[in-house]
Amino acid sequence: MSKIILSGAIRGGHEVYARVEGKVNDAIAKFGADKEVKFPNTGYYLPVIYGILGMKVETLGDMLPVLARCKELLPPLVKDNLWVPYLGHGLDAGMQTLFCFDMEEALKYLEDPIPYCLGEDPTEDNLWMGAADDVIMRKRGVEFVDGSAPGFAAVVGAAPDSKTAASIAKELQEKGIYVFIAGNDNGTSFSEQLAEEDVQVGWPTRLVPFGRDTSAAIHAVGFATRAAMAFGGVEPGDFAGILKYNQYRVFAFVVALGKVTDEWYAAAAGVINYGFPTIADSDIPEVLPTGVCTYEHVVSNIAHDQIVAKAIEVRGLKIQITKIDIPVSHSPAFEGERISRDQMHVELAGPKAEGFEFCRTLELDEVEDGKFEVVGPDLSDMEEGKVYPLAIWVEVAGRNMQPDFEPILERQIHHLLNGAEGVLHIGQRDILWMRISKKSFGAGFSLKHFGTVLHAKFHNEFGKIVDKVQVTMYTDPAKVTELMEKARATYKEREERLGSMTDENIDTYYSCTLCQSFAPDHVCVITPERPGLCGAYNWLDGKAAYEITPTGPNQPIEKGEVLDETLGKWTGVNQFVYTNSHEAVPEFSAYSLMVDPMTSCGCFEAITVLMPMANAVMVVDRDFAGMTPCGMPFSTLAGSCGGGAQTPGFVGISKFYIGSKKFISAEGGILRVAWLPKGLKEAMKEVIETRGAEMGCPDLYEKIATEEDGVTEEEVMEFMQKVGHPALEMDSMF
Amino acid sequence: MAKLREIQDITICESTAEMLTKGRKEGVSTSFDRADEMKPCPIGAQQACCKHCFMGPCRLSAKAPYEKVGVCGANIDTFQARGFARAIAAGTAAHSDHGREMAELFLSVAKGENSDFEIKDEKKMMVFAGQMGIETEGKDNQQVGIELGEACLAQFGQQAGHVKGLELAPPKRFELWKEKGYLPRGVDREVVEMMHRTHMGVDQEYYNIMQGAIRCSLADGWGGSLISTELSDIMFGTPKPIAAEMDLGVFEKDQVNVIVHGHEPQLLDMMVRLADDKKLLAKAKAAGAAGINLVGMCCSGNEMLIRNGIPHAGNFMQCDTAIITGAVDVMMVDVQCIMASLAELSKCYHTKFVTTNYRCHIDGAEHVEFHGEHDARAAGIELMEIGINNFKNRGDKVQIPSTKTKMIGGFSHETINYMLGGSFRGSYTPLNENIINGRIRGVAGVVGCTNPRVKHDWVHVELVKELLKNDVLVVQTGCSAISLAKAGFMDPAIAKKYCGPGLAEVCETVGMPPVLHSGSCVDNSRILIALSEMVKTGGLGDDISDLPVAGAAPEYMSEKAISIGQYFVSSGVYTVFGVTFPVTEGTKFADYLFGGMEEDLGATWAFEPDPYKMAKMMIDHINKKREALGIMEKKERVLFDMEARRQLEL
Repeated sequence: MSKIILSGAIRGGHEVYARVEGKVNDAIAKFGADKEVKFPNTGYYLPVIYGILGMKVETLGDMLPVLARCKELLPPLVKDNLWVPYLGHGLDAGMQTLFCFDMEEALKYLEDPIPYCLGEDPTEDNLWMGAADDVIMRKRGVEFVDGSAPGFAAVVGAAPDSKTAASIAKELQEKGIYVFIAGNDNGTSFSEQLAEEDVQVGWPTRLVPFGRDTSAAIHAVGFATRAAMAFGGVEPGDFAGILKYNQYRVFAFVVALGKVTDEWYAAAAGVINYGFPTIADSDIPEVLPTGVCTYEHVVSNIAHDQIVAKAIEVRGLKIQITKIDIPVSHSPAFEGERISRDQMHVELAGPKAEGFEFCRTLELDEVEDGKFEVVGPDLSDMEEGKVYPLAIWVEVAGRNMQPDFEPILERQIHHLLNGAEGVLHIGQRDILWMRISKKSFGAGFSLKHFGTVLHAKFHNEFGKIVDKVQVTMYTDPAKVTELMEKARATYKEREERLGSMTDENIDTYYSCTLCQSFAPDHVCVITPERPGLCGAYNWLDGKAAYEITPTGPNQPIEKGEVLDETLGKWTGVNQFVYTNSHEAVPEFSAYSLMVDPMTSCGCFEAITVLMPMANAVMVVDRDFAGMTPCGMPFSTLAGSCGGGAQTPGFVGISKFYIGSKKFISAEGGILRVAWLPKGLKEAMKEVIETRGAEMGCPDLYEKIATEEDGVTEEEVMEFMQKVGHPALEMDSMF
Repeated sequence: MAKLREIQDITICESTAEMLTKGRKEGVSTSFDRADEMKPCPIGAQQACCKHCFMGPCRLSAKAPYEKVGVCGANIDTFQARGFARAIAAGTAAHSDHGREMAELFLSVAKGENSDFEIKDEKKMMVFAGQMGIETEGKDNQQVGIELGEACLAQFGQQAGHVKGLELAPPKRFELWKEKGYLPRGVDREVVEMMHRTHMGVDQEYYNIMQGAIRCSLADGWGGSLISTELSDIMFGTPKPIAAEMDLGVFEKDQVNVIVHGHEPQLLDMMVRLADDKKLLAKAKAAGAAGINLVGMCCSGNEMLIRNGIPHAGNFMQCDTAIITGAVDVMMVDVQCIMASLAELSKCYHTKFVTTNYRCHIDGAEHVEFHGEHDARAAGIELMEIGINNFKNRGDKVQIPSTKTKMIGGFSHETINYMLGGSFRGSYTPLNENIINGRIRGVAGVVGCTNPRVKHDWVHVELVKELLKNDVLVVQTGCSAISLAKAGFMDPAIAKKYCGPGLAEVCETVGMPPVLHSGSCVDNSRILIALSEMVKTGGLGDDISDLPVAGAAPEYMSEKAISIGQYFVSSGVYTVFGVTFPVTEGTKFADYLFGGMEEDLGATWAFEPDPYKMAKMMIDHINKKREALGIMEKKERVLFDMEARRQLEL
């Protein structure tokens, strides 16, 4: 019965409003109306209020007009008899509840200490993480964009027992779905139940405990609202655009566990506006007719072992999972698992033992498909707590296989093995480092299962190029040493081959419109010297992806006639971008920051920004939260150049591109870089030195300022004068 | 003298029955009784007579329609088409003259020359101004208001181009009108031309006459009526769901009962404010009354019911019985559907019957002239005082029926949009979606008058019951809405009792009654807008004629109803009329209305007095449209993977 639910939602809306109004007034009395209030490191203020109403809340006083709007939205309570239609009223009551929650949660950041831990992982004494900052939102957003995370579940309340909680969480993890956790049921919370079962929570395992109060569920909505603005390019205040974006592109749903209170009803009604349905385990009424959500709105009384499957069906989500025959679960959600020394059965390769992984192509008759061998001791022969060498030797064959695809398959090994529960995989090639947990070993996991995983996933995801896969795991130290030399020789050859490929000597580039599920008007063009701005796709990836899925998001682009060599403009590229951006972007330069720069979906690793007075540029990566010389932190900057918008002076890039010869070559390349965050600068040291030397400035590294030298353009200019930065002598950028 | 029907055969309305019994006892004549006493002229009923010139009147035989022609040579088809077209012209004139009155009143308010009324919905004013092609950017509200008022007024006298409101129809329908030459140039011009064409010796080919009549009807629905509705909303408030009481039981024994009966809402709007006026209340008290009980009747009552929740006494066929209660201290009337008999009938009781409009005087009635544009308040006070002063004259004939029904009304286009998704997700999508998924089979507009020739309210109620049982959502206006409200169908709680399971579920989800009261007969334009919005929302074809919808006027009696029916057919809606139909069966003209029009308009007229057969015809039509849309079968749930999401064009 919709009436019961919406009556509850409207009552709940009134309760929440009264409570939050009180809290806001108390806070103003205590701190004053001018007191700054914000969520950590975001360019989107209180994101639900900003996105839906377009109102910026920067101080406590700014909350007052929001409260006034909430009051306008609050409908009368539903009468027992002769009621007026309550659906619209209930949805409004729900929406104002979300605005109230946004404020209520923001007030928590005025508490001392802040009740949430900041970062990606909970701390030992605090399970609750509060709002995700923009760094997390963008980093994780990529997974929503490329489909490795098909959606998120907002779980409120608690399961009847901790085992059930763990099994629901695991089922969601296995499907790659993020689990955003808030609220409690009679004092018990889902997160605490998971902790009790030793389940690792935090962003890396996609089990995110936002907070113990129902209001903390707003962080899930805030994440979704920001996704619409960051990736969808929807303007703040364009509520219809934001809600529609969420209904059709952010596949989220609510799982309500336990007694549904009026406050829960109000929150559920609020997110129905976003097209997120609620699936409950309790015997509450249902709202089945469609219309606001794509299918049902509230479905109830679902058994715990059915609840995930039901939720996915109700949300209209299709998730294909390759069942892999190993004794532990496998999903991208387990990629973020940590295995401490205490939890590990053994460590393989890493700093204390030799190890590497390698993939090569053989003829079809040389590979026996599905053959997995362990040469040397298997896990059961190893002593607990010790370190052993490891070589993962993968051999594939296929009619469409090309040697160029070897490194692509090889690079998959990392996330494929890391996705197995209780398996930690760090690095690649000869910097491999692995751990196997006691729990997974106890469950019967063996090194042969590496083969099972790689075989299943290569066939499933690369079936177009791979017909046969065989895998050998070497733990015999002598064998590892011997093969390592062979592998290293090949690594070197590959690097040389890649280095020899230039934009000039290749006629075909590749598009990437993978992000169009999230940023419908954005098109990436990947050239040999300019990888995708997310850092995840280079030219070879594009080529392989096209071979694998000829109708997929990576299409070959004949570059056509050269229109401008310096700017990087070609007829074929322009035509492709124009058509595939739905005619939003008419022209595009591959090598310029100032003239028709490439658009961004919002997943960029870093942003290059013009510093007009300095006649130079700065680059800031998304891990740097501080202020930058252009007057904006990354979060605000990102807001101004995502969503498929073309903004001269701003361009989203991959970090790798900084070291490319084509990095803003139209404006003078890397010699223009006058400021980098210290962390990024250090990480790029070798590249900067090499490229600097090539361009006649061998001490470029020393001439680039960091936040330690200044965070205003004036300070950077002063630094440039002091060190004699090359950009000072270069032509004006505009 | 013909035998009078038994009361139980006259009406299903308890209060009406009670008052008819009382009236017969007291020896008064009602229109029900006169209908029994005066059988309809059989030749006129079949439109087989012509009195358009004074060589006649001529009459032809309905039994052998083509056997003879009139003195001038006009045949039966010409007779019928001329009669029908004139009814359309008269109906169009009525709605449009009402619309013009609203435009003049609005302009006086917008100019700031009239402080008796105000602009209540500025947001809607800006929207409507945009629709009327007025540039609103950079202009203050007053300027926009003046331009809007002038633009609306100009629609009536416009000589070329087309009536602007038609652009609100789906583009495909507009193109069809354009291609066929159906776009009315200006409201008055089409009425005048129709009168000319139906004059002796002008247009004498039924098809050509009807082409003009189709154009004329569109000037009503999308012109005069639409302007009236929109400007009334702007001045008196856009209806929102509101509770009210309906039926003769709304009279108060100890209060001054003031009835406003008629069509133009400004009179009742003024009375709504005066009923709360301290001075007048004091006068009422001084006259021995506990207060002033303002009650609406017929269509202006409908308008104020859905805007302000003003109690409503009943429909057209209850005007007599309202007076028979003996509790009505004054009945003031303006225009349309005012039976002349009320003047005489009121003399049998203490009721003061007062005409207020310069266009509507009635022999035997008092007259106090009321103009919205000037001195409205003063006239209103004078009218109210007539009631107050008359309170003391109540005799011993007072008998107030106990029946009054609670209802929810106020389903404007804006309300429907809001109630289906709130401030942030408001749209017709849930309606369309639930039509597509079959929970709702379709939508029916059940409208029109009440008519003493059929069992009062019964045809309306039985038809609607059948529709609801078959999951057809019902939208109503006019006296038909009053019939259903009295029968309790506008209480949202009844959905589960009367509706099929799908419709009941949707009603429960939204919290709406399955029968939506959208206002007066002039407010049928709301239904046109709603239908256009359904098309625009998508999934149900690209023209109104593709929609699984049908219209009906089961107990109609006025020329306005014919005009309404024609503008619905002209807009692509299959429309069934009950009671009687002014045609001779088996003629080319009748065949055109009931069949040939399909080719021109994608819709036809139909006639069927029996409510059950009528319901079946409408449901069959809805099913046919569902079939054509390919939504008869249940659709598989579509599940989205990433590829599907990338392909989404939003």
